[in-house]
Amino acid sequence: MPAPLLDVKGLETQFKTPDGIVHAVNRVSFDLQEGETLGIVGESGCGKSVTMLSLLRLIQSPPGKITAGSAAFSGLDLLKMSNDEIRHIRGAEITMIFQDPMTSLNPVLTVGLQLAEPLMLHLGMDRKQANARSAELLEMVGIPKAKDRLGDYPHQFSGGMRQRVMIAMALSCSPQILIADEPTTALDVTIQAQIIELVKRLRDELGMAIIWITHDLGIIAGLAKRVIVMYGGFIIEEAPVKELYAHPEHPYTIGLIGSLPRVDEAGHHRLVSIDGQPPILFERPEQCPFAPRCKYAIDRCWKENPALAMVGYDHHRVACWVDTKTGSARG
Amino acid sequence: MSEDNVILRVDHLVKYFPIKRGIIIQKQIGAVHAVDDISFDVKRGETLGLVGESGCGKSTTGRTILQLYRPTSGSVIYDGVDLVKLKGEDLRHMRRKMQMIFQDPYASLNPRMTVGEIVGEPLIIHKIASQKEVEEHVSNLLELVGLNPSFAARYPHEFSGGQRQRIGVARALALQPALIVCDEPISALDVSIQAQVVNLLEDLQKQFNLTYLFIAHDLSMVRHISKRVAVMYLGVLVEMTSRDNLYANPMHPYTQALLSAVPIPDPVADEKRQRTILVGDVPTPVNPPSGCRFRTRCPIAVPMCAEARPEFRQLRPDHFVACFLAK
Repeated sequence: MPAPLLDVKGLETQFKTPDGIVHAVNRVSFDLQEGETLGIVGESGCGKSVTMLSLLRLIQSPPGKITAGSAAFSGLDLLKMSNDEIRHIRGAEITMIFQDPMTSLNPVLTVGLQLAEPLMLHLGMDRKQANARSAELLEMVGIPKAKDRLGDYPHQFSGGMRQRVMIAMALSCSPQILIADEPTTALDVTIQAQIIELVKRLRDELGMAIIWITHDLGIIAGLAKRVIVMYGGFIIEEAPVKELYAHPEHPYTIGLIGSLPRVDEAGHHRLVSIDGQPPILFERPEQCPFAPRCKYAIDRCWKENPALAMVGYDHHRVACWVDTKTGSARG
Repeated sequence: MSEDNVILRVDHLVKYFPIKRGIIIQKQIGAVHAVDDISFDVKRGETLGLVGESGCGKSTTGRTILQLYRPTSGSVIYDGVDLVKLKGEDLRHMRRKMQMIFQDPYASLNPRMTVGEIVGEPLIIHKIASQKEVEEHVSNLLELVGLNPSFAARYPHEFSGGQRQRIGVARALALQPALIVCDEPISALDVSIQAQVVNLLEDLQKQFNLTYLFIAHDLSMVRHISKRVAVMYLGVLVEMTSRDNLYANPMHPYTQALLSAVPIPDPVADEKRQRTILVGDVPTPVNPPSGCRFRTRCPIAVPMCAEARPEFRQLRPDHFVACFLAK
């Protein structure tokens, strides 16, 4: 396998709060190959967004702090760079689109100005070139009459159109990695389908790698090549997409897939529900973070936190002491 | 199915919200056509799913049925009584039989009331129980929805989203209603918690023979919970039939597109799928398109669609479609 484009090792991020230190991201390691689409799945508060914000050094400090880890990107460590250096990576080499396009666009600047800004900053274009390129970009993301809309403000666009503007902005400097943080959660399903189709088309045309963060296992199934499942700030399972859906190993992943009703499924079965609540990590757990909700839990789960280990074949990794197929401890 | 099985009949229901201009002297300059002439029946003990995208009028329909909004015209007949004609004490009396579970479990519980006060309030307002009996009722209700009765003394902020939604369910059950309008009761919850609440709703339905009008935008969850499904688009119903019919044989082009847009959590099945991706956005309900509301995004629209509004007609037994081209 060629050297990965991005190689994250042992990332830890903590937040100081009045109630204590929240261990939001713990020993997170993963890599990303060139042109690959990686899905990161988890419920709210599982640390998926904080992981990405940490990589781009967008964690506000204080209260947040990256306490350990490295993130190698084209020979450099993102976590050790100066602020100036990371600024040249952010928005040019690695870009991000967010869940809510209304709050992530500046409401008092025209869309044209906001699109032109990274072009002038990172690519050194002048105003005229930047404007021409902005119009091209809007056209590329499927906004009709792109040239005439450069003078419009974000509120004059619909939700789906705003997300298209965000995507145009994120792709303006031909990044190597696009991080998408639940970009379709706020949109209706028919608009969501439009946006996913657009991202797939642009991925094939431009060849960037994508990290797609979501809580929706349905979206990931049709989009990603490899999936990481996070729980309580830890990666608990990682596998190629088909392998994960066909043979989930971790009890949490099994529960998550079982709790989803399917639009293509006839008949009625009771949904598998996972009892209890997701944890808030005020203490770095010595035990498995999922143990309190796990029906497979054995003694060891309450004493030691399992590390990710390869199971079977095909780069399937899971952090669990129990072999869920047999219900007994892994040998 | 016999007539007396119908618990709720919605007949040509219309709800417009006025748009006004001016601060002191207000003039109406237009209207939001939120619900525009819809009719359907809900049968006793069934779950009717009402689906559509945001702004299609599905929540307004639910609220207008419960007379939280008074309709512009049309009637809502519950057990033979037209709610639209009722006022004051008579209406309040009928409200006992119909309750609502709201979408946002954070906004729909008063933060300054204890859980016990929230769940017990309907009993006191409707003078069903004395203060002493209320306590007992409340602890029974909390137990019923899977909460510890000792939670009655706590405040809503101490609970997670899923637990709050259970409190909302307990409050809705307090008056032993026959009909519950569930307005997106799970969309604000995490995936693993959604299944908990849906299973609870199903258990309660069996136990008390409840009728649900389940409003949602999540077509896979609606398929799971409903017996029949109605699809709404921009204030009108476009298709209504049994669940299996709708998902196996959708006849309206909007339903077809909507179903094909829902992601399937299975990479193998997802690859094989034919997708219809709709172009453009939903038009504004202030000035909806003439004729068929869906024609501006419809992949198969013909000139006739702009001229007349397609009737919501029965094409097969128990399968209603509002499209000229459906056969």
